[in-house]
Amino acid sequence: MSKAIRFLITALLLGLAAAAGADQLLMIRSSQPFPEAMSALQNAISASGYKVSRVQNVDIGLSKIGYKTDNYKVVFYGKAEEVAQLVEKHPELIPYLPLNVAIFAEKDNTILVTSRPSVLAEFFPDPELKTLFMRWENDLTEILNEVQDAR
Amino acid sequence: MRHRIIALIFMSLAGGFQAQAGPDGAELYARNCAACHGEKGDSGIGVPLSLPSFQATVSDEYLHKTIRLGRPGRVMPASGLSDAEIEAIVRFMRSWGMRSGTKLSHDSQRYNVQTPSFTAEPIKGDPEHGRRLFAKQCATCHGANGEGGKGTGVTFSRPRDQQIMAPALNNPGFLAAASDAMIKETLLKGRNGTPMSHSLGKKLKQRDIDDIVSFIRGFEKTPKTQTSTVLETEQAVLTMDSPYDLEATIENVKRAVVSNNFIFIREQRLTAGLAPEGREDPRQHIIYFCNFSMLNTALATDPRVGLFLPCRITVVEQNGKVKMMAVNPKRLSKIFNNTELNTLCDEMTKHYLAIMEEAAI
Repeated sequence: MSKAIRFLITALLLGLAAAAGADQLLMIRSSQPFPEAMSALQNAISASGYKVSRVQNVDIGLSKIGYKTDNYKVVFYGKAEEVAQLVEKHPELIPYLPLNVAIFAEKDNTILVTSRPSVLAEFFPDPELKTLFMRWENDLTEILNEVQDAR
Repeated sequence: MRHRIIALIFMSLAGGFQAQAGPDGAELYARNCAACHGEKGDSGIGVPLSLPSFQATVSDEYLHKTIRLGRPGRVMPASGLSDAEIEAIVRFMRSWGMRSGTKLSHDSQRYNVQTPSFTAEPIKGDPEHGRRLFAKQCATCHGANGEGGKGTGVTFSRPRDQQIMAPALNNPGFLAAASDAMIKETLLKGRNGTPMSHSLGKKLKQRDIDDIVSFIRGFEKTPKTQTSTVLETEQAVLTMDSPYDLEATIENVKRAVVSNNFIFIREQRLTAGLAPEGREDPRQHIIYFCNFSMLNTALATDPRVGLFLPCRITVVEQNGKVKMMAVNPKRLSKIFNNTELNTLCDEMTKHYLAIMEEAAI
């Protein structure tokens, strides 16, 4: 299926979800253990044309202070040019950049969670941004689907 | 092919689309439910969905309404799926207990797992007497006002005290989904495999059970329960002008972070890691910081808050002016549908503003 068609379908789903006040988080369970799911996430991000800018080790920070925790990371990602353009044109978006996905162990599985870009459309109702948020949602959905399907 | 797909999309927009093949319940469940409830309904928030004692005491209508309405303020969101899609999920969930060729467990036999249905007829009872019985028999787990157990009920990489979070019986989603007869059946039979394994039917008379049901139904009259409150929506971004130049503002923010009981983690340019090294825009800096005690509490309450992490304020120079910017946690709290997070998000917004104010002095 071409990217344009997938984009249209996402736009449709976005509209329906918003109309129904549906879940505002994208959350999936991967049946893979944490290291494999983490690797699948980073590969999927790269395959979608984004770059991982940083992995925040929340678990290491907590453990150093003495709190018990399993693997818990936050992966930041984006596209340099896109971020630079947004900063100039829509500086109100700056605190939400770069985009991120939280990833953490749940027993032998892994949970990935991120906010739906359609939520940003609600926060920043600029029609010009709506197209961008729809593309982000489409890309994110594909990234998460890829992680979920990885075996 | 392309024209056909586009045509279908527009037909569905107009509400005229009827799928030829039925929706795939297993796939819909995997996409929408498994993250919290487990791939086979064997874990997660509330009662494990595949538990025979659960399947034997809930109707399809209850499951359908629960998916549709969610649990306002208690993590589970309302669903925007179509009725046919929800039906497919319900059918899939039912297949766990009644898969052909599968040997039924002892528990399944005891509960004689079949899809139950319940009358919508209200049960009459004495709610005042029900309140006293509820306080004695149910409140330890479900809370004095039916507010349910605390936390998300899933491990999410955190240790937990109880395997199951007691459902909030005063939640508008639960009250709309469960009929009186269904609540009564649950009280009579109990839920084996959960802390509610005992059956009140052996201890209490039918009339007493009716009184408890009547008390639970009375939660509907509570104006707005604690379990369904959402913080008032505000602007999505916290912004404050700085009278200082970029460099001085960055140093001021770092100092203010520490004096507000946070640990400074690091400072980086906004496009660090994205743009080639040395070519990052020097006019936008992110200052990351953390209060680990607060972080630990937040993750225990709801591990999905990782989206906020770590705490950060971005200092930006634009058109000769310097600004401090941050996400507004109070505004974001809404997306988690978890009332327990409201206080933390409210606090975090106050911290961000205090840090920015101090840095701008």
